Amino acid sequence: MNHDRDGLMVARRSDGRLVRRPLSPHLQVYRWPVSMVLSISHRITGAALSVGALLMTWWLVAAAASESAFATVQEFLGSSFGVLLLMGWAAALVLHVFQGIRHLAWDAGWGFGTLAPQDPVGSGTAKRIYGVTGWGVIGITAAATLIVWIAGLAAWE
Amino acid sequence: MTKQSNNPQVDILRSQLKRVRGLGSSHSGSQAWWAERLTSIALVPLTLWFIASVIGLEGATRADMVAWLHAPVPLVLILCLIVTTFWHMELGLRVVIDDYVHNNAIRIAMLLFQRGLCIIAGLFCVIAVLRLGLWEGGS
Repeated sequence: MNHDRDGLMVARRSDGRLVRRPLSPHLQVYRWPVSMVLSISHRITGAALSVGALLMTWWLVAAAASESAFATVQEFLGSSFGVLLLMGWAAALVLHVFQGIRHLAWDAGWGFGTLAPQDPVGSGTAKRIYGVTGWGVIGITAAATLIVWIAGLAAWE
Repeated sequence: MTKQSNNPQVDILRSQLKRVRGLGSSHSGSQAWWAERLTSIALVPLTLWFIASVIGLEGATRADMVAWLHAPVPLVLILCLIVTTFWHMELGLRVVIDDYVHNNAIRIAMLLFQRGLCIIAGLFCVIAVLRLGLWEGGS
């Protein structure tokens, strides 16, 4: 051990031997549980939505600047690439919002354990709540995204 | 597994407490975490409202934008949305950069850049929205 930080990964086992604890997560060896997929997608959509925020900036600034500048943005957003971008933005935003609500529930201490109170760690066949809410987020996101897309395309003349 | 990982050695004599000191903030560290949670709560209704507004403004002209932001409620809501969005964006990007960028110089440069970007873009949005919302006519 030659760095302070390494000291945090060295631990002593019950027999007194020093062991180096493994770093986590190991993406290559883990199977991909729904919570992990959602956690990663939350970060990816968060970064993508930062680009969306810059797109919103362009839209608002162009509207405040001049007729021609705003016409340029609206033409871009109305092009097939722009519509695709907006549909992706809506999907990312919906997923980030619903997954964010799940994270807020976790922060409040809710959403762990299982649906069976007598089996809180899920050693039997009891469904774990974070798995249920994870698939719930995916389902709600799919439904809400579809609604937004349909509403958006219906309003498009 | 390497030989080192099977036989770890402790070559420096420091307590575990000494090792963790300085690796994390001790007093104000929860503020960023808390701010990220509060902005996210505010952003849930604001975001849903904004999606609906964007759908309503498809193909809008500049006059439509002025008319939209001349009403007090949309103007206030979009100002709230802008501030919380860029605040939340700054906190979120900071976490991602802290987690994945290990080179200290690059990390600090990226943190400064993303913070500056969030502040400047946010200010641009605020000014633009105020200009549209407080429009007195003319061009």
